[in-house]
Amino acid sequence: MATHGSAAHETHAHAAPQGFIRKYVFSLDHKVIGIQYYFLALAAVMVGMFLSLLMRIHLIWPAAALPLIGEIKPEAYLSLLTMHGTIMVFFVLTTAPQGGFGNYFLPIQIGAPDMAFPVLNMLSFWTTLLGFLVMLAAFIVPGGAPLHGWTGYAPMSALQSAGPGEGLGADLWIISIAIFCLGALMGALNFITTTLDMRAKGMTMMRMPLTCWAWFITAILGLLAFGVLLSGGILLLMDRNLGSSFFVPLGTVNGQLTGHRGGSPLLWQHLFWFFGHPEVYIAILPAMGLASQLLSVFSRKPIFGYKAMVYAMLSIGFLGFMVWGHHMFMSGMSPYSAFAFSVLTMAIGVPSAIKTFNWLGTLLHARIRFESPMLFAIGFVSLFVSGGISGPFLAQPVLDIQLHDTYFVPGHFHLIMGVASIFGIFAATYYWFPKMFGRMMSERLARWHFWFSFVGTYAIFMPMHYLGMAGHPRRYSQLTELAYLHPLIPLQKFITYAAFVTIAGQFLFVVNLFWSMKYGAKASDNPWEATTLEWITATPPPHDNFGGHTPVVHNGPYEYGVPGAPRDFVMQTDPEIAATH
Amino acid sequence: MGLVLLIVIWLITILSTYFFVAKTWWLPVGASAAAPAIDHHFATTFIIMGIVFVAAQLSLGALVWMYRDRKDAPKPKYSHGNMKMEIIWTVLTAVLFVGLNLMSSSIWASERFRAADPGAVRVEVTGMQFAWYFRYPGPDGRFGTTKPELEDASSGGEGALGLDTADPASKDDVVSGTMFVPVNREVEVILRAHDVIHSLFIPAMRFKQDAVPGLAIHMHFTPTQTGEYEIACAELCGMGHYKMHGMLKVVSQEEFDQWLAAREAEKQ
Repeated sequence: MATHGSAAHETHAHAAPQGFIRKYVFSLDHKVIGIQYYFLALAAVMVGMFLSLLMRIHLIWPAAALPLIGEIKPEAYLSLLTMHGTIMVFFVLTTAPQGGFGNYFLPIQIGAPDMAFPVLNMLSFWTTLLGFLVMLAAFIVPGGAPLHGWTGYAPMSALQSAGPGEGLGADLWIISIAIFCLGALMGALNFITTTLDMRAKGMTMMRMPLTCWAWFITAILGLLAFGVLLSGGILLLMDRNLGSSFFVPLGTVNGQLTGHRGGSPLLWQHLFWFFGHPEVYIAILPAMGLASQLLSVFSRKPIFGYKAMVYAMLSIGFLGFMVWGHHMFMSGMSPYSAFAFSVLTMAIGVPSAIKTFNWLGTLLHARIRFESPMLFAIGFVSLFVSGGISGPFLAQPVLDIQLHDTYFVPGHFHLIMGVASIFGIFAATYYWFPKMFGRMMSERLARWHFWFSFVGTYAIFMPMHYLGMAGHPRRYSQLTELAYLHPLIPLQKFITYAAFVTIAGQFLFVVNLFWSMKYGAKASDNPWEATTLEWITATPPPHDNFGGHTPVVHNGPYEYGVPGAPRDFVMQTDPEIAATH
Repeated sequence: MGLVLLIVIWLITILSTYFFVAKTWWLPVGASAAAPAIDHHFATTFIIMGIVFVAAQLSLGALVWMYRDRKDAPKPKYSHGNMKMEIIWTVLTAVLFVGLNLMSSSIWASERFRAADPGAVRVEVTGMQFAWYFRYPGPDGRFGTTKPELEDASSGGEGALGLDTADPASKDDVVSGTMFVPVNREVEVILRAHDVIHSLFIPAMRFKQDAVPGLAIHMHFTPTQTGEYEIACAELCGMGHYKMHGMLKVVSQEEFDQWLAAREAEKQ
């Protein structure tokens, strides 16, 4: 359990390195590693976004020849969607919120000098980077990147003959994910140990900021989920290369026997979604924690229902492991189990609704400062509601009959686990950039960036729900073959135009990020007048985070507007306030 | 800023909801026995979740505007929450979500917890890259044996399915590229796939089911209106996924019998 006091700190403290390589490349400092993860995710999101742009262009101008790229063939479209999904889910949504911001701010927010295992931390970053490079390599090998979607359903993903890209490209895809799993497992162990063992004196679990709770629960989910995906990936590699038949039954491709017999394609789906559903929460829990944090900071009042928020996140994490079958209602799985998965899935809506109510409750009787982190936190709540509301449609098998594998599904998950999580990353960037780089970001650019992103996201993903209801299957590279899709093409065009504008808006963010690093106004130690521990230390924080002393915590993380207090916020390290609520 | 947020959030909410309520894009017209119940439950879910969506977004917009920071704004209320409220909304959402689920479960059960009627028309549907084949057992009521090693995709029809002509039961099997069924009779679908997973999606029938290699999945539906309905593949199956489509022709019992007899005659 928690080891308080200085003993733990001395064990884990290490001297500040001097050379460039040890300081910025192979660094053991969680802050440097956090920034490394962040830039890895930034590179990945650029690639992922570019791929989605190519997809949108291909959908409405299938014959267009693009400069340098040429014409996009139907199979290339499938490679684009596979790589877009995989890169975004693993190297952006899992990497930036947890590996990036979690790494940087978990130790500081709990008052620790570093993560529990600095070497493991460094190793997990370099493992993740290696995974990313292997993933990119799939583009350039003969046959190109795989076609089987980010879900990699067997037998397609298990058979080299199933299509172009299912050769070496698919092997690299699996190996990359396996490497990523190793990095994520190391990271998860580190996060859990750090949270349990490295908290400063007085930092009880129930005094931790909700961001720390979110990173902690996310790490537990990661530890339980990535191991399963890793095992599944190894079995899939064996099916592909060693002649085993875990996922492939007797069958033929193009009339040729595959040489496999006795395997179960549904086994892959069970293993994949046992990972895949918790992964949704791995992507969004950190954003939930952050939204709670920011709504409180910029409302200048305590979070509404701190305990309820903690219990809601714990139940989301717990229930998240029991709902994977809702991805498989139409898979041939027993219809009786569909019934059970459906009830449990609807049940997970309850803690999600609790969180929404508490966010709205936090805004009630507040005094809201509309700085850019808050805009994105408010945007997050709106997107979370919009993406969440379509969940109960898909969670009911009778409605899923019509909606499964249509555009309704990408509409749903992009709003919630995709862009809502991305809004979490944006909010975190605008909020913590001053602490990380010592300068403020341009508020003007940030606001424009918000409006482009917020309106653009709705313009792209809301119409996908309409497409889905009309029965438009997803993952179609051309819309001309089915007659009933023809009337939907104008809507598809609208989505592509909206994507152009939204993607253009993202350059405001990139410009702001790099411009502010050099030219932003100098940041004070606590520019947002927030209470948590990262704001008591220097900007940027020294190597050991608190400059030789260890903070002692007396208060909860959300003490704003305390009656009788000298300022409208009470730092966690300020003398204990009388409990008045 | 609070006012701009309110306007944008409200506009997005109103516009999104308008296109749902106006049914500018909506479910295709249903033409099967299951469609009315499914569509009714879709509408119920839509109304309930629509109310939640509009209420949550409108209050979000209203709250950020009402409680924006300004010079004469009252001090924020120092409160850590309200346990009574937490319990009320937890119970309410639990009842709402689980209740919604129980309502739909009976529809699911009536469709999927029972086998097809003994008198149903039986059609074996086989998916392969990138075509659907429909096989009828013929007068003997038995499907002939198929063998993977006999499959020849290029020959189409019986050859593509690997029909074993040595099996007497296969003599009267009819293989078609179009799915013919009589109206108002239950159709038992036996779904198979040769290579990868496909998914038989007939939007007008409110029917979707994956076809999985190694499995023979039994499903059923009852068309209630004659006409032609498009069939799509809903599960990503490879480079030609987008063009793997077919046609369902729902005809009268007489027309169906004539069609089947003509195909039998062609075989002899």
